[in-house]
Amino acid sequence: MADSANPAQAGGAHANPHGDGTNRRDFLFMLTGAAGAVGAASVAWPLIDSMNPAADVLALSSTEVNIAPVEVGQAITVVWRGKPVFVRRRTAEEIAAAEKVAVKDLPDPQPDSARVKKPEWLIVVGVCTHLGCVPLGQKLGDPRGDYGGWFCPCHGSHYDTSGRIRKGPAPANLEVPGYVFVTDTSVKIG
Amino acid sequence: MASTSAMFDNKLVKWVDERLPIFSTMQHAGMEYPTPRNLSYWWNFGSLAGFMLVVMIVTGIVLAMHYTPHADHAFASVERIMRDVNYGWLIRYIHMNGGSMFFIVVYIHMFRGLYYGSYKAPRELLWWLGLVILVLMMATAFMGYVLPWGQMSFWGATVITNLFSAVPFFGEHIVTWLWGGFSVDNPTLNRFFSLHYLLPFVIAAVVFLHIWALHTTKSNNPLGIDIKGPQDTIPFHPYYTVKDMYGVAVFLIFYALFVFFAPNMLGDPVNYVPANPLQTPPHIVPEWYFLPYYAILRAIPNKLLGVIAMFGSILIFFLTPWLDTSRVRSARYRPVYKWLFWVFVICCIALGWAGAKPPEGLALWVARIGTVYYFLHLIVLMPLVGWFERPLPVPKSIATPVLSAQPMEKA
Ligand code: HEM
Ligand code: FES
Repeated sequence: MADSANPAQAGGAHANPHGDGTNRRDFLFMLTGAAGAVGAASVAWPLIDSMNPAADVLALSSTEVNIAPVEVGQAITVVWRGKPVFVRRRTAEEIAAAEKVAVKDLPDPQPDSARVKKPEWLIVVGVCTHLGCVPLGQKLGDPRGDYGGWFCPCHGSHYDTSGRIRKGPAPANLEVPGYVFVTDTSVKIG
Repeated sequence: MASTSAMFDNKLVKWVDERLPIFSTMQHAGMEYPTPRNLSYWWNFGSLAGFMLVVMIVTGIVLAMHYTPHADHAFASVERIMRDVNYGWLIRYIHMNGGSMFFIVVYIHMFRGLYYGSYKAPRELLWWLGLVILVLMMATAFMGYVLPWGQMSFWGATVITNLFSAVPFFGEHIVTWLWGGFSVDNPTLNRFFSLHYLLPFVIAAVVFLHIWALHTTKSNNPLGIDIKGPQDTIPFHPYYTVKDMYGVAVFLIFYALFVFFAPNMLGDPVNYVPANPLQTPPHIVPEWYFLPYYAILRAIPNKLLGVIAMFGSILIFFLTPWLDTSRVRSARYRPVYKWLFWVFVICCIALGWAGAKPPEGLALWVARIGTVYYFLHLIVLMPLVGWFERPLPVPKSIATPVLSAQPMEKA
C-alpha cells in the first residue's frame, strides 16, 4: 500500500537494496511492528491477569480455628481458601512413628520437626499433591493407608502421621500452610 | 462472478448475488460440488457431526436462558430445568446425550479417515483442522460437564485442572490462574460457563475452514485414489444431500433411544449429588469419551510423564500424514495395515475399558500394555508397515470399477 502511495521512494528502495531508503523503510517497518507488539501485549496483560485471584478472594485468606475441643487422637477439618485443612492432635505413638523414620529414605525428604510447630498438633492442607483429591483418614473408621496417616482413594497415595507421601503417585508431602498459635487453644491459618 | 449470477432466474436473488455472491457460493459448495461417485456410508459422519454441532448450539442457547452460573445456584438451576421449566428435561437430555452422540460421530469420522488414508497428501491441513476441532470439542465438553456443579463436575474439574500443576516451575501459578482462586470455586464456574458458550462458535468457524479445505482438495473415497475426471464424480445435490439426510434420520433413531429411554445411561449417577469441596467421591471417572486418555494418564506412575503421554496421545495425530509412509491411501489395498488398523481400534476400546476401572490389577496392566501399543502403532508400526508392505494393485480410476462392476472385496 505504501508503495503505491509513494511510488518514487518505494520503487527506488526496491531497485537499490543498499540505498538509504531501504534501511530507513526497514527500520520504520520494524519499529512499527515492535510498537504494535508491545501495545498488544500491554492490552493482553490486564485481560490475562484479571483471571488471577481477585482482591476479595485474596482477602479471605486467613481462618481462625478453636482447637480446644479436639481430644488426643482426634482430627478436625476446617475450610481455608475453599480447601480442607486437616488439624490432627497426634497421639504419642503417632509422633514417635513420624519422628523415627529415616528422612533420606522418603520420596520427599522432610523431618517431622520441619512440619509442625508443636509436635502434638499436625496441621496440613487436606489436598492430595497428586491431582487434588481429599485424602481419607479424618473420620473414625476411614482407611488411613499403610502408614497410619491418610489414604487418597483417587489413585492410591499413602501419607504417614506427618502427612508425608510414602507410597503412590503423589510427588510431594501434604502442604503445611502458614499458621500461628494465637493462644494455646486457637490457631490462625493463612 | 456475474456469469454465475446469470444462472439465477429470480431478479432479487440475481441483484444480491451480483453484489455479494452468496447464492452462487452456496450453489457451488452445497449443490454442484463434484463428489466421488463411490462414497460409502462411512462418509455420512461428517454431515452428522455438523448436524450435532447445530443441535448443541440450539439446545445450549435455550439451556443458558434458564441456567445460573453460580456455585450456590448452578445445581439447583439445573434441577429446576429438569422439573419446572417447560420441556426443560427434554432440552437438557438432548444436550447432555448430544455431547456423547457428537463424540461417537466424530470418533467414527476419524477412524474412517485413518482407515482410508484421508490424512495423506494433499489433505494434511484438512486433517489438522479436524484435530483442532477435536481438541476444542474436548475443552467444550469438559467445561460443559462442570456446569451442573455435581460431585463429578467438581472433582473432574479439580483433577483435570490439577494436571497443569505437573508443568515444571510455573505449575502452581498456572493452576491458580485457571481457578481464579485457590481451589475450584465460583470464579472457576463462571469462566467455564463463559468459555463453554464461546468455544462452540469457534468450532463453527474452524468447521468452515475444514470444509473450505475439503472443497479445495475434494473428498477422498473408499478406493483412496484421486478423481481423474468428470466421469468419477456426481454433483453433491441431490445425490449426497439425500444420502446425508437419510443418515441423519437413521442416526436420530439411535439418538432418540438414549434421550427417551436411557437418558442417564452414559452419565455418572454421582453427578446428581451436589458438589462438596470437602469430600471426594470414592471413584472419580470422566465421561466415556475421555476414558482412553484417562487410562493413559494413570498407566504411567510418574505425574509429569503421565500428563505428557495423555496430551501426546492426541497431538501425535498431527504427525500421521508423515508417520504413514505408504503411498497407497486406502487400507482396502493394504493387506498388513488393514489388520493393524483393527488391532488399533481394539486397543483404543481396551484403553477405554481400563480407564473406567480403578487403576489396579488387570485394569492397570491393560492400561499399561494398551498405552505402549497405542504409541507403538502410531510411531513405529505405521512408518515400518508403509515401507515393508506390498500393497495390492489399485484400480485405474473411480469410474472403472464402479461402471464395470468388477467383483470387489468389501472394505
Ligand atoms: C460443541 C458443542 C457442545 C458440547 C460438546 C457441549 C457439552 C455439554 C455437556 C457435556 C454438558 C453437561 C450436561 C450435563 O451433564 O448436564 C453441557 C452443559 C451445558 N451446556 Fe453445553 N455443549 C456444547 C454447546 C453448548 C452451547 C453452544 C451452549 C450455550 C450457548 C451450551 C450451554 C450449556 C449449558 C447452559 C449447560 C448446563 C446445563 C446442563 O448441565 O444441562 N452448550 N454441555
Ligand atoms: S489425587 Fe490423590 S492419588 Fe491421585
